[in-house]
Amino acid sequence: MSPPIPAPDVFPNKSPVPAEQSGSNRPKLGVYKFASCDGCQLALLSVENHLRQLADSVEICYFLEASSRIVPGPYDIGIVEGSVTTAHDAERIRGIRRDCRYLIAIGACATAGGIQALRNWANVEEYLSYVYAEPQYIDTLATSTAISEHVPVDFELRGCPIEPQQLLRVISDLLVDRQPRLARHSVCVECKLRQNVCVAVARGIPCLGPITQAGCGAICPSFDRECFGCFGPQENINAASWIGHCRSTDHATSRLVQLLRNVNSYDSHFREAGDGLIAKSISVEPS
Amino acid sequence: MADIDIGKRYWLAKPAFQNLLDALRELGYQVVGPTIRDEAIIYGPIERVAELPIGWWDDQEGGRYRLRQAPTDAWFEFVVGPQSLKHYTFPPRQTVLEGNQQADGQWKLTAIKPESPPTAILGVRACDLAALVIQDRVFLGSQYRDESFAARRERLFLVAANCQRAAPTCFCKSMNCGPRVTQAFDMALTEGADGFVVEVGSAAGAAVAERLPLKLASQSQVTQVEQRLAALIEQMSQGSESQTSAEPDSAHHNGCRSQRQLDTAGLRDLLFGNLNHPHWDEVASRCLSCGNCTMVCPTCFCSTVEEVPLLDDSQVLRERVWASCFTSEHSYMASGVVRQTTRSRYRQWLTHKLAGWIDQFGVSGCVGCGRCITWCPVGIDITAEVAALRSPQEIDRSNGHE
Repeated sequence: MSPPIPAPDVFPNKSPVPAEQSGSNRPKLGVYKFASCDGCQLALLSVENHLRQLADSVEICYFLEASSRIVPGPYDIGIVEGSVTTAHDAERIRGIRRDCRYLIAIGACATAGGIQALRNWANVEEYLSYVYAEPQYIDTLATSTAISEHVPVDFELRGCPIEPQQLLRVISDLLVDRQPRLARHSVCVECKLRQNVCVAVARGIPCLGPITQAGCGAICPSFDRECFGCFGPQENINAASWIGHCRSTDHATSRLVQLLRNVNSYDSHFREAGDGLIAKSISVEPS
Repeated sequence: MADIDIGKRYWLAKPAFQNLLDALRELGYQVVGPTIRDEAIIYGPIERVAELPIGWWDDQEGGRYRLRQAPTDAWFEFVVGPQSLKHYTFPPRQTVLEGNQQADGQWKLTAIKPESPPTAILGVRACDLAALVIQDRVFLGSQYRDESFAARRERLFLVAANCQRAAPTCFCKSMNCGPRVTQAFDMALTEGADGFVVEVGSAAGAAVAERLPLKLASQSQVTQVEQRLAALIEQMSQGSESQTSAEPDSAHHNGCRSQRQLDTAGLRDLLFGNLNHPHWDEVASRCLSCGNCTMVCPTCFCSTVEEVPLLDDSQVLRERVWASCFTSEHSYMASGVVRQTTRSRYRQWLTHKLAGWIDQFGVSGCVGCGRCITWCPVGIDITAEVAALRSPQEIDRSNGHE
């Protein structure tokens, strides 16, 4: 596999999406699915109050989750959900990249490989033999990888699922040629804005909030649960300190690994932290 | 009781405390006080005495907060929770402007005035009153008055409570901000066994006091509460060394072994003179850059302004939201992010809080409430970091961290 292409934080200098126009001259939008649960596409469909506005602002040309109507490309904006898990995926995403002026990867699958990236630590042939009666019909790659490992991506929206308001915001920014800016800081900031009581400090629950990027509105701590890291690493992640503190307060290594090896398990920071924990626990506690 | 004098001490028996809540409500205040939610003592609406966290203690240490049943039946022996007065004077998120595009394409901009009813806050501690006075300087002390802060501030009625205990994280005495309540209150309560010594600090406070069944406090009532407060002040003055032999739950109700202190002598020059101290790297190795310390700090006042547009850009809301110097946005300028590293962010926070404020506002930005210690997920301790910066040698941190 070619080395991963870093996903840029900002849009490159491209000619802007055509200004808002009426009729069929609106900017063209395509929404694509790769290996995923469809939840991010559903999140986009769930913003019912804004769907008409969206349809007025762009021409939805390809969005099979919503409509079987297809208007041929090329498109101004391509939105990609899901990870690359087959050779066919790897070929298809190159074609989509060629078809779309802007390519936006949405969700943990598209930006980090998703929960299915747990296969990256396993023997996929062995998995196939457990799951399928006739595994010889399955043609899959050994790994699940982010879109940005295959083609240049203009913008990444994290989350499992994404926060649909963030997607609407990025689309509306594109329509007026405005630089999208999303918070890259920790979930803790959002959690405190909501005046939640910290579950880590007040209850001793290991919570990924301090190392995870904001965007969800701290939804899990708002419902008395720890953060599960759906939005991936925050901009200045310090996983080593977080892990060190959790271990010093007697949290089981297995629980910390579970948290880190979740939907963003194959993100480089979470991956390194989880792998490091396992290596340490093996060296400390020989089985 | 008629003819209330500011400066005299009155007595409110505990069974009559509900009268205070009722009087505040009758005078048009929404009453907010300490109450238990999500396993912490936070500020919430209070109607009945039973909603107060009577008989609860908060154990606090670096990165740790736990409620437990107190060994006494005192009403106000807990210390401070994660919230402070700034939640009421400077809310986390507020809409300050609404813009609507008119049919002719022109924009109509409407400033949004804060909607906050007169609010009485019960049980406010000395450190938080000190923080309010500091925020007064920040928001109202120059020609750039913050009108939304002013509007909320004017409608506050503050019922202070003198602390009965100090958490190990408390160091208000070091910062000369407590534990005794001395300023900015309308009424101040000091708890005794079966009632409260009541002081009145303003005309508004007198108007409330007049509606209460107060008596002049007797000498023995005053002595009882003063002895207790004096013991607490003594405990906080002595610091960790003298407390190392005391067992938790000792007769002094301190419930802690080590009392933090912060040596403020020459602090401004110490910090500005040590911008390249190796300890900044050490603390950055532990700091998560999560921003919790700034969010719980009762004086941190940074905010950002977000324009929240509709998809078609026909309406936009301008929202003022708390911001933290532990984020890249905080130092984002046309040239990029000025403070990229956690080292530079922590240094910015600490030097601004303890040194830059003195130049800017004539006062330190720290009141010693200890919230940044308790609510730091990894228990970074502002008093220990300052002590380390004082020491040319790095202190040993073999505390189990990797």
